[in-house]
Amino acid sequence: MSDDILVLVEHRAGTVLDPTFELLGRARALAAETGGQAIAVVLGSGVDPLVATLGAADRVIAVDDPAFAEFSPSSYQAALVPIVRDRSPRLVLVANTGPGMDVASGLSAATGLALAAYATGVALEGGAPVVTCQLYAGKIDARVRFADGRGIATVVAGSFPVESGMAAGSPPVERLGPPATDGRIRFKALLAPEAGDVDITRETVLVSVGRGVGEQENLELVEELATALGGAVSVSRPLADAGWLPRSRQVGKSGLKVKPRLYLALGISGAPEHLEGMRGADLIIAVNTDPRAPIFSVAHYGAVADLLDVAQALTRRLAG
Amino acid sequence: MEFIVLLKQVPDLAEELEIDADGTDLARDWLSYVTSEWDEYALEEALQLRDQAGGSVTCLALDTGSVDELLATCLARGADRVVKVGSFERQPASHVAAAAFAAALRDMPHHLVLTGVQAIDDLDGQVGPLVATLLDLPHVSVVTHIAVGPDGRTATVHQEYAGGVVAELEVDLPATLGVQTSRETPRYAPVSRVRQLMKTMEVGSVEVSADGGAGLVIEAMSVPEVSATAEMIAGSPDAIAERIAAILAERGIGKAAVR
Repeated sequence: MSDDILVLVEHRAGTVLDPTFELLGRARALAAETGGQAIAVVLGSGVDPLVATLGAADRVIAVDDPAFAEFSPSSYQAALVPIVRDRSPRLVLVANTGPGMDVASGLSAATGLALAAYATGVALEGGAPVVTCQLYAGKIDARVRFADGRGIATVVAGSFPVESGMAAGSPPVERLGPPATDGRIRFKALLAPEAGDVDITRETVLVSVGRGVGEQENLELVEELATALGGAVSVSRPLADAGWLPRSRQVGKSGLKVKPRLYLALGISGAPEHLEGMRGADLIIAVNTDPRAPIFSVAHYGAVADLLDVAQALTRRLAG
Repeated sequence: MEFIVLLKQVPDLAEELEIDADGTDLARDWLSYVTSEWDEYALEEALQLRDQAGGSVTCLALDTGSVDELLATCLARGADRVVKVGSFERQPASHVAAAAFAAALRDMPHHLVLTGVQAIDDLDGQVGPLVATLLDLPHVSVVTHIAVGPDGRTATVHQEYAGGVVAELEVDLPATLGVQTSRETPRYAPVSRVRQLMKTMEVGSVEVSADGGAGLVIEAMSVPEVSATAEMIAGSPDAIAERIAAILAERGIGKAAVR
């Protein structure tokens, strides 16, 4: 048993991803309280360039093997289970990403450590982790403890500042011997998205629509408003899934992260996956018929109204 | 090919959620339930894959006393068999659900086990990877594309990352997959057909012993103060538009500021 905080490093194409830095920053603060260490666990092939960016960690545990050149859920789990068992950390932090979801639940089942999912806050009370979890698409917060005082948390991206985990310096690296691998899932290729007609990450004004728009024909009214504002239309996941606008216009966890000067959210309830992609916008104005829509928790201004009525009124107002 | 789909019901978010008197759970007396959105995608994918590769689709749900409509809907959409697993007063934690599904699957042929990548109430983790670990099957989450290989021994899947990037992975079967979305919108099942099937359908059942728990202690649940930070604008659509225009003009945002 230790009071260490383990962070699983997620990396792709030779770069450590932002959610990992968020977790490292938080782990560092928590380890200072527990008296343990913030330990980054990196699985990869030729990990030195990755390790060089993990200065926020007290220590790095590295598995450096060609088998880990690319992500494979089965191999990751095979390598991670013995590490977590051996170290018995106070807490394991994993980003709530695809790979994070792959390994966190499996780790929990294999090690018997409890798991708190959709975490947006992690603190310590009496040395034991207390986790705030976002349930029901952000409509309920749950505060949970691990029954035996230690466990795993999958953390929603955007919960902690990225900068706090981006310290310079080279922590000591502990390299593990030939890892356990499991080749039942094999990486084949990384496929980049098709380029879109509009790059929503570069627009200063985004008029973003969600399910609340109702019919596809109504998008025309939204386009008119975007034109009147000199911006572009972006969408939440359901509209991209329906093919109403290309995937390149999608904001959120599986879409793009945007930071416009104005993000006008129309009929978007604000599921955590969506908030992940837009909470950094300078000015967020949300219009939704549901007064309890989570989008209002990140908005600077809100209106409980029908989005089509407001869109048309605002287009008229801007024209006149 | 034997396709298995694991489904569950979750509270309908169209209705207002409230916390019970203890402050540690939803007030469930008046809740209405719907099938978890991602499980619907998993079912649609299973039906599509069966139609391409042949075989059968078996849908499993934990018996919480209220899953007949869910299972009848699966049949109405084209599932070959439906099975109730165990006996529960209500939907249990993911760890308990996974243990029950895993116990049922040990005696049931399965090549590809599909379930939703997540559910809105997965406080203790996602069922797919939990089941996979208990059965020692490989598992991929956030799957947006599935193709079964010609020999039926592998599947090629896409795992979705941020920014629309996807990884193509090849998985040995049997495997479990957490489905993010289906190639087509889940098919419609006429309500009349579902009602009829609820009276006539044959439902398999599997007894399982469900012990253990999630290992979590819920200290409190709360409804976040959603508009604590937002300044709310009241009034007619025109009044709201007027105020938004003023806010934008003040900050020099949009074409209005240029004019």
